[in-house]
Amino acid sequence: MLTINKLHKSYPIGDSSLHVLKGIDLSVKEGEMVAIMGSSGSGKSTLLNIIGMLDEADEGEYILDGVPIKNLTEKKAAIYRNKFLGFIFQSFNLINYKNALENVALPLYYQGMKRSERQEKAIFHLEKVGLKDWAHHLPNELSGGQKQRVAIARALAANPKLLLADEPTGALDTKTSYEIMEFIQQLNDEGKTILMVTHEEDIANMCKRIVRLRDGVIMEDTFVEQVRAEQYV
Amino acid sequence: MFKFLTDRDTWQEVFDSLSKNKLRSILTMVGVWWGILLLIGLLGSARGLENAFNRLFGDFATNSVFIWGQSTSKPFKGFQEGKQVQLTLTDAKKVEGNIEGIEFVVPRNQSQATVVRNFLSGTFGINGDYPLLDKVQKKKLIHGRFINQNDIDDNKKVAVISENVYKQLFEKDEQAIGELIRINGMNFMVVGIFEDGNMNMGPSTDMHIPFTTFQQIYNRGDRIGWMMITGKPEYDIKQIEEDAKLLLKNLNRIHPKDNRAFGSFNLGNEFAKMTGFLTGMQFLTWFVGIATLIAGVFAIGNILLITVKERTKEIGVRRALGATPFEIKRQIVVEAVFLTLLAGFVGIISGGWILIALDSAFGQGDDATIVNASVSIAVVFIALLILVVLGTLIGLIPAFKATSIKPIEALREE
Repeated sequence: MLTINKLHKSYPIGDSSLHVLKGIDLSVKEGEMVAIMGSSGSGKSTLLNIIGMLDEADEGEYILDGVPIKNLTEKKAAIYRNKFLGFIFQSFNLINYKNALENVALPLYYQGMKRSERQEKAIFHLEKVGLKDWAHHLPNELSGGQKQRVAIARALAANPKLLLADEPTGALDTKTSYEIMEFIQQLNDEGKTILMVTHEEDIANMCKRIVRLRDGVIMEDTFVEQVRAEQYV
Repeated sequence: MFKFLTDRDTWQEVFDSLSKNKLRSILTMVGVWWGILLLIGLLGSARGLENAFNRLFGDFATNSVFIWGQSTSKPFKGFQEGKQVQLTLTDAKKVEGNIEGIEFVVPRNQSQATVVRNFLSGTFGINGDYPLLDKVQKKKLIHGRFINQNDIDDNKKVAVISENVYKQLFEKDEQAIGELIRINGMNFMVVGIFEDGNMNMGPSTDMHIPFTTFQQIYNRGDRIGWMMITGKPEYDIKQIEEDAKLLLKNLNRIHPKDNRAFGSFNLGNEFAKMTGFLTGMQFLTWFVGIATLIAGVFAIGNILLITVKERTKEIGVRRALGATPFEIKRQIVVEAVFLTLLAGFVGIISGGWILIALDSAFGQGDDATIVNASVSIAVVFIALLILVVLGTLIGLIPAFKATSIKPIEALREE
C-alpha cells in the first residue's frame, strides 16, 4: 500500500537548516490502522504531510499504491490527493460558508462529478456518519464532534485508498474523542487503511500499530492489541 | 473553458463565496460602481450639453458671418475719419459675385414699428427679408408660409409673424392666416406664423415682410442694414470674412487697415470655439471616467488580494481536497470578473438613473441646459469590455498569490 525508504526532510531556518526527518523507513499494508506518535518536534506531522503529498521530501523514496511519488507538479499532486487520499484535520478545516452537504461534496466537485451524483454521494456519506439531518447546517451551527464527523464524511466522499488524520481528536473532549475513534475503527473494520498522528496514548492504543518517532527517526514500531472505543462510549 | 463558464457549479461556487461574504463583496464593488457611474454620468451630461448647444445653433447655417457698417477710424482718399459707412444692395451683390467660396449673401433691413389689429397693438421689430433667409436661419413655421419670390417681385404687403406677435394681437385659437394687421398705418396680410427661435442673432425679430416692400415703405432705396454671408462648407469662413471686408472697404473708399469701419459677427468662429470646448470636455470626461474605472478595478484587485490572504486556509483545504492550482486561479479570476461586471452593471443602471434625474431637473423646456443626456450603447459596451479585461488582469494577481503558497503552509495558517 505504502512504502517509504530513507526519507529525509529539512527546513531552512534563517541561514542554517533544521533536519526534521533523518531517514525514515516505513511500510504500511492495506487495512492497517497506524498511529504515529512522538513529542512535538519529532517530525510526525512532517511525515504525515509528506505522505499526504502536501509537502515534498528532500531525499528518499515514497511509493503509494505502486505509484512512485516523485517530482510532482502541483497539478499532479492535486490529482493524486483527490484520488488516493482523504484528510482529517485537528481543526476540522471545514469551509465555513458552505453547509455540511456542500463541504462533503467538495472533493467530488474537484473530481468533476456531476451535481446530482455528487449530492447523492454526499448525502450517503453524511448518513453514514449519522448527520443526514444536519446536511443543510453551516459548520458554526454544529458541535465539535459533529464538525469532525462532517470532515470524516468529506474525507470518505472521494473513496480514498488511504485516510490521513492529523490529531483528529486533538480539539475534542474525551467523550467525543472516543466517539470519533469508534467511528474511525469502524471504517478500518470495513477495510480502509488509516494513518493517524496523535500524542495521546489512549487514542494511539485504539490503533493496531504504533510508530514512535523521536528527533526524526523511528524509535519503535510495534503492533498492539487494539482497544475498542465502543466500551468507553 | 467555455463549458466551465456555462457550468452551474462554477457559478454556484462564485455565488457562494461572494454572497457569504456580503460586506466584503459590496465594498469591493463600490470602487468600480463609482467609476462607471461617473463615466456614464459625465459622458451623458457632456452629450446633453452638446445636444443643447446643437439645438441652440441648429436653426443657423453655422458657416456664416454677419457684416454691418459702422464709422471709419482712419482718414482715406480725402474723407475724414468718423464717416458713417452705409452698406448697399450693390455691395451685397458685388460680395456675392466676387468672393470665392460664398454660398449666398442675404441682405437685411430692420426697423421698429407699431403694429395694430382691431383694439390690440404692440411695438415690434420688423425685418425686410428675402426668401433666402430661410436657408441661413431656419424658420420653423407653425402655420402658412414664409416670404416667397412673388412677394419680392410685386412688393406685396404680406407679413410672417412670430408666435409671440400672434399671441399679442390675436385671441387664442383665432385664425390668423389671411387676416390683416396694420404696420405703421398700412394693412399687411398675415401669411405665416413662425415659432420663436431659441437664439437670436442680431436685433429681435418679431415679423418678416418682403425686402422690397420694406425698402419702399421706409424709403431705404439701395441701403441695407446688414448682410448675412454663408460660405460653402469646404471654405474657411474666417477667410471669407476677411475677403468680403476688404472688398467692401474698397467699394466704400475706406482705408484697407481700418478695422472699425465694419462690425461683424462670425458665427462659424463662435461655433468652432464651442465645438472645440465640447470636444475637450468629452476628452476630459473619458479621461476622468476611465481613470476612475481603473482606480476602481485596482481597488477590487486590492481587496481580492486581502481576501486571498484571509482565505489562505480555505484555499489550502481546497487544495488538500484535490483542487489543482489552475482551478483555484480560475475561481479567483472568475470571482474578480464577476464582481467587476456586476459592479459595472449596477453602475450603468444607476448612471442611467442619474441621467434621467438630470434630464428631469435641467432637461425640460425649450431653453434647457441639458438636452437628452444619454450615452450610446457602443460606449456602454466599450466600458463593459474594459471592465472585463481589467477585471481579468487584476484578478490574476491575487490568483497567482493564492497558488504561490504551498498547501501545507496554507493549512498551517491559523
